[in-house]
Amino acid sequence: MSILELKNVTKQFGGLTAVGNVDFVVEKDSIFGLIGPNGAGKTTIFNLITGIYKVTEGEILFEGKEINSLEPYQVAEMGITRTFQNIRLFKKLTTYENILTACHYNARYTILDSLVRSKRFRVEEKGLLDQAGELMDIMGLGDRKDVVAGNLPYGLQRRLEIARALALKPKLLLLDEPAAGMNPDETIRLMELIKEIRSRFNLTVLVIEHHMDLIMGICEKIVVLNFGRKLAEGTAQDVQANPKVIEAYLGEEEVVVC
Amino acid sequence: MDWFYIKGILILSGINLMAVLGLSLLTGFTGLFSFGHAGFMAIGAYVTAMMTIKFHLPFIPSLLIGAMGAALASLFIGRLTLNLKGDYFCIATLGFGEAIRLILDNVQYFGGARGWPGIPMYTNLTNVVILDIIGIAILVNLIRSRHGRNMKAIREEEMASQTIGINVFRYKMIALAISAAFAGVAGGMLGHYLGFLQPKMFQLIKSTELTIIVIFGGLGSISGSVIGALVLTSLPELLRTFAKWRLVVYGVAVVFIMITRPQGLMGGYEITAGNIKKLISRLASFGRPRQQTIGGDKE
Repeated sequence: MSILELKNVTKQFGGLTAVGNVDFVVEKDSIFGLIGPNGAGKTTIFNLITGIYKVTEGEILFEGKEINSLEPYQVAEMGITRTFQNIRLFKKLTTYENILTACHYNARYTILDSLVRSKRFRVEEKGLLDQAGELMDIMGLGDRKDVVAGNLPYGLQRRLEIARALALKPKLLLLDEPAAGMNPDETIRLMELIKEIRSRFNLTVLVIEHHMDLIMGICEKIVVLNFGRKLAEGTAQDVQANPKVIEAYLGEEEVVVC
Repeated sequence: MDWFYIKGILILSGINLMAVLGLSLLTGFTGLFSFGHAGFMAIGAYVTAMMTIKFHLPFIPSLLIGAMGAALASLFIGRLTLNLKGDYFCIATLGFGEAIRLILDNVQYFGGARGWPGIPMYTNLTNVVILDIIGIAILVNLIRSRHGRNMKAIREEEMASQTIGINVFRYKMIALAISAAFAGVAGGMLGHYLGFLQPKMFQLIKSTELTIIVIFGGLGSISGSVIGALVLTSLPELLRTFAKWRLVVYGVAVVFIMITRPQGLMGGYEITAGNIKKLISRLASFGRPRQQTIGGDKE
């Protein structure tokens, strides 16, 4: 069953076609990879899915419903959350506050409730605190609770960003270069983490990555982009064997991958 | 200095504090700068005065209607300008504040530029203090809820806020409306303290004064705003003896704080029982390890 479907999606900035006639289908509960050289339009596709950019042409369907006219916060409410290539945390807030803020969606109390501290406020707020604490422990951030997010080590900042995205209990998680700047050791741990959260939270994961180890290791299906167009699609083996991909992305034939 | 004079300064500080609390929510917690809060104060002041004089309503209901008037005006201006990015909103509020003043200058119903005398003097120290305490309580409860956290998230990183499902535009509108309502109450209290209103009281310099107080106290700190309002409103009065130099000293004091503590007096921290306890334990442990090592040496 498909969870996300891109149909003939095009995005133009003035005369430049950043993404042209791209279509692919992401199966539910899969880990789906999006690769391509710099400037191939990978992040643009993420921005289109999350509503930050509006598509020029084409359609994006999430669980069969069209989402390309929604605002970013409405897309998040539908169950799609993301991380950013250049980390965007709430830098001056603590790790705990970052996650707690993102949990807001699971409480429905109004401003009036919070002003008079009603029973509804107290019950739901307690729920939020518990949820945030639980998530911190799952993501291994429990001992950094009161550290200001901007002061966390780089790897943990990435981890916190994933935790913040998970706080909304999403159905689809978009990861934009989660392993950027990580050493091979950290990358392997990140792979394990992605697999683990996928099964733990029943997620579908769409991941952009340059680390071939990571992509080939965890993705069930891969789409290769080049200059905004889809170059190839298939399993890791299919893509690696595809001569067009080798030429455009992985370099000359002598280069041994993996 | 007799009590009447001191009471006057305290009342004016309290009135300023009300407006500053509102601006603190908008600037300190939501990250939007406004240079039009004198405009909201003016709307509150004139609407409240109209209610008490022309409709003979009691003071507190009139204040609430004045606050609603200011909030409605803010929703109108917010609807038009909050979609603008960055500094444009700030400039739009600047224009709005001046526009309100110029309109009032020309409305003869309220006395125009000559002013509006004969407003009943309902404001006294008691009701100013009570209203300020209510204002602080409202703000603290709002900030310590998911709504307050969402506003802080918008201040920190707008795009990330959207992708975790925060309706940024809506929360900016809410912050603006609440902030304008606070300014409206402050305006209403001011009119009923002085017994006289004149559009000239709500010039751009009033808006800048409020913004300076918020930044002086520290963005994102309610305690900072309270201290800032009390210090910066009474400072020019305490310096009366310096006559013409007093505003220079005032300016130097603000510049000095900004150079030595760019994050403001409180710098985002709050004065709470928990924080005081933490501070005391840190101060107490500051001397302790040293004593232990001295003791260790002796052994």
